[in-house]
Amino acid sequence: MDILSHYNYWVAIFLMMTGFYVVIASGNLVKKLIGLNVFQASVFILYISAGVVDKGVPPILKEGASILYSNPLPHVLILTAIVVGVGTTALGLALAIRIKEAYGSVEEDDIHAQEED
Amino acid sequence: MKIPASEVLLLLALIIPVVGSFFIFLCRKFPNVREGITLITGIALFANVSLIASRVFTGERPEFVLAEPFSGFTLSLAVEPLGMLFALLASFLWIITSIYAIGYMRGHGEDNQTRFYIFFACSIASVMGVAFAGDLLTLFVFYEILTLMTYPLVTHSGTAEARRSGRVYLGILISTSMVFFLLAVVWTALEVGTLAFSIGGIYPEGTEPWVLGLLLALFVFGIGKAAIMPFHRWLPAAMVAPTPVSALLHAVAVVKAGVFSILKICIYIFGASSLHNLAVAEWLSLLAGFTIIAASIVAMGKDNLKARLAYSTISQLSYVTLGALLGNSAAWTGASMHMVAHAFGKITLFFCAGAILVAHHKKNVSELDGLGRVMPFTMGAFFIGSLSIAGLPPTAGMWSKWYLVLGTVDAGELILLNVLLLSTLLNVYYLVSIPIRGFFKPLRTPVSGIKEAPLPCLIAIGVTTTITVGLFIYPEHLFQAVSGLVTTW
Amino acid sequence: MATIEQLAIFQITIPLIVAPLVFLLKNGNRAWFLTLVTSVAMMWVASQLLVHVLSVGEFVTQIGGWAAPWGIEYRVDTVNAFVLLIVSGMSSIVLMFARQSVNQEIESNKRSLFYTSWLLCLTGLLGVTITGDAFNVFVFLEISSLSSYVLIAMGRDRRALTSSFQYLVMGTIGATFILIGIGFLFIVTGTLNMADISERLSDTSQTRTVRTAFAFIIVGIGLKLAMFPLHLWLPNAYAYAPSVASAFLAATATKVALYMLLRFIYTVFGFEFSFDLPLSETLVILSSAAILVGSVVAIFQDNLKRLLAYSSVAQIGYMLLGVSLATQAGLSAALLHVFNHAVIKGGLFLVLGCFVFRFGTASLKLLSGKGTQMPWTFAAFIAGGLSLIGVPLTTGFVSKWQLVTAALDIGWWPVALVVLAGSILAIVYVWRAVEVLYFRPVSDDSQIVKEAPLELLLPTWLLIGANIYFGINTELSIGVADVAAHWLMTGTR
Repeated sequence: MDILSHYNYWVAIFLMMTGFYVVIASGNLVKKLIGLNVFQASVFILYISAGVVDKGVPPILKEGASILYSNPLPHVLILTAIVVGVGTTALGLALAIRIKEAYGSVEEDDIHAQEED
Repeated sequence: MKIPASEVLLLLALIIPVVGSFFIFLCRKFPNVREGITLITGIALFANVSLIASRVFTGERPEFVLAEPFSGFTLSLAVEPLGMLFALLASFLWIITSIYAIGYMRGHGEDNQTRFYIFFACSIASVMGVAFAGDLLTLFVFYEILTLMTYPLVTHSGTAEARRSGRVYLGILISTSMVFFLLAVVWTALEVGTLAFSIGGIYPEGTEPWVLGLLLALFVFGIGKAAIMPFHRWLPAAMVAPTPVSALLHAVAVVKAGVFSILKICIYIFGASSLHNLAVAEWLSLLAGFTIIAASIVAMGKDNLKARLAYSTISQLSYVTLGALLGNSAAWTGASMHMVAHAFGKITLFFCAGAILVAHHKKNVSELDGLGRVMPFTMGAFFIGSLSIAGLPPTAGMWSKWYLVLGTVDAGELILLNVLLLSTLLNVYYLVSIPIRGFFKPLRTPVSGIKEAPLPCLIAIGVTTTITVGLFIYPEHLFQAVSGLVTTW
Repeated sequence: MATIEQLAIFQITIPLIVAPLVFLLKNGNRAWFLTLVTSVAMMWVASQLLVHVLSVGEFVTQIGGWAAPWGIEYRVDTVNAFVLLIVSGMSSIVLMFARQSVNQEIESNKRSLFYTSWLLCLTGLLGVTITGDAFNVFVFLEISSLSSYVLIAMGRDRRALTSSFQYLVMGTIGATFILIGIGFLFIVTGTLNMADISERLSDTSQTRTVRTAFAFIIVGIGLKLAMFPLHLWLPNAYAYAPSVASAFLAATATKVALYMLLRFIYTVFGFEFSFDLPLSETLVILSSAAILVGSVVAIFQDNLKRLLAYSSVAQIGYMLLGVSLATQAGLSAALLHVFNHAVIKGGLFLVLGCFVFRFGTASLKLLSGKGTQMPWTFAAFIAGGLSLIGVPLTTGFVSKWQLVTAALDIGWWPVALVVLAGSILAIVYVWRAVEVLYFRPVSDDSQIVKEAPLELLLPTWLLIGANIYFGINTELSIGVADVAAHWLMTGTR
């Protein structure tokens, strides 16, 4: 088992770290949300790629189909997770708008500066 | 009528004052009815306690389990002679103090009298709980409730000074008990597996001496109500309260709850043999000795009469603590008797101080010159009271001091013997001198004729003074009650 | 008793269905009433479930008739029935308090939204607790989290928005960690049913994948649980949320997170697997630090809500400390404290709700000397504070007692010292609040207020009274906690 045989994991890890870094390092609330999205997407990819069966086909029932198909369960699960992710993003953006109204900025530094005084 | 079981009577001792306070609240619009209810409650409680006493002194030992929060550990009431004595003392003096309070509160025109009577009754209920506590946990709980119930009494006047004093009061009593006392209780529970008081102590043989020593120190310092130095500051602070509070609670009920707890823990949790083997017990008794002398010396410098009495109380409380720590039967007899003797002596002194305040609005010792001619009855009673505190005949204080002295001799503590004797001299100097000045020095501001305090105050003073002398002439009953205890130790 | 077992499904469906109805009502008071009725009904159902499992043990309800590992099943045993009752009970009591407080703190056009979020949050919390499916846990967790972000953001202070955002970011990371963990478990076992996972793991236990899954799940739950040092979102969130939302979340959300932790440690991964890893050592260090640091920081807070929030961080430490002992007695102490702390903190946050209702602030500086104006509220604060310290006759004492005896049973006396130190620090921060509220001179132009209305005082004192009741009569609380702990440890009644 060489290192690249599980390249899907490497992609997931790369995306995860990228997203995580953006969440932590960026002071802009909207960018934070984008980072959060990338972070979540990495997990979705992890799930979906885990369901793939070598040479499997999409699990759609039709006449004379091959018996070998990918595991549909992870895909369905991720559908739910994507919905949750969309909800989170929507709520986060709504909060960002309210914060912009209240503080006139979505930069963390500006907000902190306003709270200091 | 069928006389109820002793267990029911025990519970009644807690319930009667609480029910009384409820009725006091209902009758808040009618001062006469309200005070009548206070007196009736007091009499009912005393009758109830006497009924229990009549059974306990014939050997019955009623018990009552209130709840069992943890398996093996209960909240329970149980009676033994020492607690019985304390309950009798407190419930009897409550009646007397109530009579006195009626005269004082009206004569002094205090506000919020209903609140005063309600919390007074609740405090007495907590005192009953302390007296009848069947185990350490229950003792601790009622000890804390007592602190909380007396707090509104201490800050009764609501002035900035009262609030400040109330803060010292709560701060010291709550913090010592939460940090030291509770720790000792929990530690004991974990170490022994039970908290029930039992004769000869509960710590098993072979408990590490350092553990026992540490626990004893935690108990003695944790029970801040016993006012051993350096945790004594709350008592002078509490003197901002109306005089009846100072008289009953801070000369009798609260402070005695403190020394009573120490005495009870020494007798029923440690037991004589453990105490004898503990170096810490000796150090602590020396600290008590130091408190006796130091408090007396501070008292000398106090011109405010109630402050002087407060420091005298601190000094006297350490007599009991000292007796408890010595751990021999003479000392324990002396300590138990001193609880009673000091109660009557000191309450007389406080009553007199209050009477002087009500009749002449004088608070300071230096203003009392010649007052004996204006208030001969009050000053006469003050004289008897101070003799009792000093431990001189013809007063009850002599007997208790006698046994304490015997106790120090038995324990071979010559230093403490000298402390007790020196303390007598100091007492004569700073207490007995007051009535002497009152009678023999000329009046500062001439007052024509005799002007005593209201009659209820005088009745109360008369009763306590008579008993102080009576206990000198007829000490047998008290001694028997206490020695009934001693044989069981 | 098939009927009672079918009730389990109602724990989720009813609040979920009622939530949009509440939104349609528009009128705040009617929305409140419907929410309250729903919540009380859920409490009744939960109590029926608890009584039922106490007599027959575990039971399973399959959703839509799909048999388990494929379908989702709800699995009720003593442990989660206990938590269900705590969650729905606290929700109901806090809701009794909510009407007037919400009317004052939240604009009229947002009130029905508030109650809608409340019901969704309740659905999520109950769902996490009742479900037997690992992925379902994630979904319900997110339902409760998203709605709690909304609840928090409705606070009057604009800092409520930033706190909610901060919580959203950290909460989403936590939930995603849990999702990763569940994903790994799925990869290893090919199933999402907790009981099934547990069975299949027992063959393949000690692989690196399973250990990784374990780590992800523990850290993810730790974020939700505000386990030290992952607690940073909690103080702000509790401080700026509307008063009733603070009370509700403080009493339920972290409790459900702790339940999740126990469920994964004991049921999914199994006791032996979990404690073969250095879980016990990690937890004991983190929870001791939580107790000490949380309490010390609490001492220096000016805002009373923040003070209680930091105290919550410390109190969560006590629960984790119980878990870290890895004995049945320790576990029982942890479960007991879940209940007791819900009662203590719920009560205290309601007390603050009363203060905020009258004075419009929870800042100690502004409340200086004002305690005297609201004697009953202030008395409730003292009683609750005593319980927080752990004075006998209060639930706080019962919890600490059980914890210390459990620790000494296995000779972990330093744990006893930590508990002692925590209590002493609690004396300091409670006393400081009492001191400022009562003994300091009144600060500003002395606005004179009346005592809080009965509608607020009653639920407050109900919880404070429960504190004392369960401090004396522990038969019920310790009894159920013992049974539940036994169940988790051994899987038998």
